[in-house]
Amino acid sequence: MHIELQKRPVPSTLYAVLSPFIALALTLVAGAILFMALGKNPFDALYSFFIEPLTEVWSIHELTVKAAPLILIAVGLSVCYRSNNWNIGAEGQFIMGGILGSLVPILMPGFQSWLTLPLMLVLGMIGGAAWGAIPAYLKTRFNTNEILVSLMLVYTAQLFLDWLARGVLRDPNGNNFPGSIRFSEAARLPEIIPSQGSAHYGLVLALVAAVVVWFMLRFTLNGFEVRVLGANPRAGRFAGFSQTRMAFFAFLLSGGLAGLAGIAEVSGAIGQLRETISPGYGFTAIIVAFLGRLSPLGAIAAGFMLALTYLGGEAAQMTLGISDKVGRVFQGLLLFFVLGCDTLINYRVRLVWRKATAPAGGQA
Amino acid sequence: MDTNHTEIPLLETRGLTKIFGSLRACDGIDLAIAPGEVHALLGENGAGKSTLVKMLFGVLEPSAGEILWKGAPVKIGSPGEARATGVGMVFQHFSLFEALTVAENIALALDGKVPIERISDEARRLSVEYGLPLDPSAHVADLSVGERQRIEIVRALLQNPELIILDEPTSVLTPQEADKLFETLAKLKAEGRSVLYISHRLEEVQRICDRATVLRHGKVTGACDPRNETPSSLARMMVGGEVPEISGAGLGEPGEVLIEVHRLSAPARTPFAVALTDVDLTVRAGEVIAIAGVAGNGQSELFDVLSGEVTVAHADSIRIAGVAAGRLGITARRLMGCSFVPEERHGHAAVPTMSLSGNLVLSRYASDRKTFITGGWLGLINTGPVATATKRISSAMDVRKSLVDPPAGSLSGGNLQKFIVGRELDRQPRVLVVNQPTWGVDAGAASRIRQALVDLAKSGSAVIVISQDLDEVFEIASSISVINEGRLSKPEPAATMTRERIGLLMGGFHDGAGHGVDPAEVAHAH
Repeated sequence: MHIELQKRPVPSTLYAVLSPFIALALTLVAGAILFMALGKNPFDALYSFFIEPLTEVWSIHELTVKAAPLILIAVGLSVCYRSNNWNIGAEGQFIMGGILGSLVPILMPGFQSWLTLPLMLVLGMIGGAAWGAIPAYLKTRFNTNEILVSLMLVYTAQLFLDWLARGVLRDPNGNNFPGSIRFSEAARLPEIIPSQGSAHYGLVLALVAAVVVWFMLRFTLNGFEVRVLGANPRAGRFAGFSQTRMAFFAFLLSGGLAGLAGIAEVSGAIGQLRETISPGYGFTAIIVAFLGRLSPLGAIAAGFMLALTYLGGEAAQMTLGISDKVGRVFQGLLLFFVLGCDTLINYRVRLVWRKATAPAGGQA
Repeated sequence: MDTNHTEIPLLETRGLTKIFGSLRACDGIDLAIAPGEVHALLGENGAGKSTLVKMLFGVLEPSAGEILWKGAPVKIGSPGEARATGVGMVFQHFSLFEALTVAENIALALDGKVPIERISDEARRLSVEYGLPLDPSAHVADLSVGERQRIEIVRALLQNPELIILDEPTSVLTPQEADKLFETLAKLKAEGRSVLYISHRLEEVQRICDRATVLRHGKVTGACDPRNETPSSLARMMVGGEVPEISGAGLGEPGEVLIEVHRLSAPARTPFAVALTDVDLTVRAGEVIAIAGVAGNGQSELFDVLSGEVTVAHADSIRIAGVAAGRLGITARRLMGCSFVPEERHGHAAVPTMSLSGNLVLSRYASDRKTFITGGWLGLINTGPVATATKRISSAMDVRKSLVDPPAGSLSGGNLQKFIVGRELDRQPRVLVVNQPTWGVDAGAASRIRQALVDLAKSGSAVIVISQDLDEVFEIASSISVINEGRLSKPEPAATMTRERIGLLMGGFHDGAGHGVDPAEVAHAH
């Protein structure tokens, strides 16, 4: 018996819609097996992992805090991946955005006006975009692989942040703990409903970005260019579109949005520059982008889904006594199944039972 | 050998049927190939020839019907089984690794482990025996298309097959190379082997085949001795009606020079590409210049520099309506009134996953910006006018489709090509450059496209047609030039050009001395 993949004449619209859900279901099944192997009741475990975080108001606020950066980054990555530019370094762009935006309240703590926050956000975007411009430049100028360059720049950014938070930007009155001074109120991204929970305006930024980018992709010539160059670089060249220009556009946009997410996280959720400011949002957002079918609107739903795995990991640690790394395991499973299920869109899967009877050994 | 039992066919199919979705690609095919005969399988593109032979070679599984080998029913489940049965196949598109040697390529296709030295020896022996000169240690990348085909033939012969299937073998050969191939086929026939010869070239079928089976829309529409038929009676069986003649009448006196290429050279961009050397070409308003040549001699490289997808070193090398354009990109050249139709439909001229209207925007967003783009700096695609234009093009070119605006990839090759050519004609370009306009297109669509190209020239545009199809070249061109290894021969009036002369030019004969020399004599002197 063997499995045969038959190419469909046209991509299946049914499976294009169903594939993320099939992937989710398979993730749950695999997760249940995983919990059983750990000796836990799988139903209880899945409940505390996926349902419990949604039962309380404060934890829903937490969910949006985690979802906002994921959505912001994933929206940019969707454009990147659609245009055939493989930015794996959003984590680094996130960090550089956080750093550059933080310079305002750290270096000029006295500058407190209505301009402070907008200036920080703009600097955050510039920081992320600048970091994203490096792989774009190297790719277009020297034909280097943007996957490797952008990924390696993550580690550079992480170590740079670590050095800053422990060194030059450390709070002099912080008892030698790493981390900058705490930001003033004017430099904080406000909470949406302060009385209820911690959800901040980063979520609004994320939703606006998703809608704007969706509009761009769907209705404008620029979005058309993204889709053409992604689907067929050769046809894009025939159309007169420039791959170099597109590489910069995609990396600057996704870097800028990742940088915005970074400064929103620092000024919204954290309130100071620390030696680590991201639990891997930049990497998790890759899963968000794919789970959302590389659509900015899909990224919204997928962002909340993946945010849940962060909360679920914490919940699993508290109620089940399993390491919160299990959250990462779920993220990995999900990405694996999402990419696997996408095969169903372009291929029909057939089981063939007939044995090969070729005497000399079959070969195509 | 079964040569004595001629009453039992070597291979026979009864009611062989293949269904893809709702399409009956092959519908109850009855076919019998006698031992030691060269049997032609005739039909237009899409008639079901390839589907039929893929079933015979075990690539596709029949939906119904049976295959008999020497009178006994057989099931051919894979190419390996086909080879074990005694069927060898030479595909139209070669499956060779360019970076490997001839012997290594042959070894890859063999079942079981055979030492490479033995393969080399065997291949050398076979190639001498059948008049297919071939060096087993040569790298495929360095070989001509004709030589690559020989590898495929030798590869098939190594299995000692009783039936050899050749799929459109001469479509990539010069007339002289084709003659060599026919000698090989005669030798195979003399040994008692059978050949199933797939073609849509009627002349060669009449020349070398003993019997012919004609397919149309997946059904057998005729079985005959091609020698007793005329090309037009065979064509009728293939097409099911008369194909309209292209009328070149009305191509008036050429006008002003619209595109001028002067001493253009361009280095090869990859190890497997062809460098262009000293290309000169002048095309005037009202002219159709055809550039003939065997595939892989620089046609696509020439197209790329003409279209501006690849710019050249000197702006002066290419002048469009007198303006130096060598450094301008494709969009700038479109804005000067040029249009382009590349050879590859899927993924070059069109994005298969995008709708027809999207594919209209693809090549026209700049030249028709006023109509198709709105919203100022936002650059919104104006769907209304785009849809209107898509409809206009579809009806002008008779593009048949099931939906109003289907994905380009869902159209048949001929229909998509009609749309792509129509997309460019719709803007009445002053200069049109087309590469292989009717490659893989059925006769009806091809004749419509050719007529449209001639009509465009009549209306005062300059048309450059790069084509491998000599029939097409003679049908529409006012002048003919031949490309060989990146060099272009001096264009000569179609009226005085002959097939023999084109064949010589294709084979690399360049007469630097100009006219007045008998090419045949010069060729003999080589």
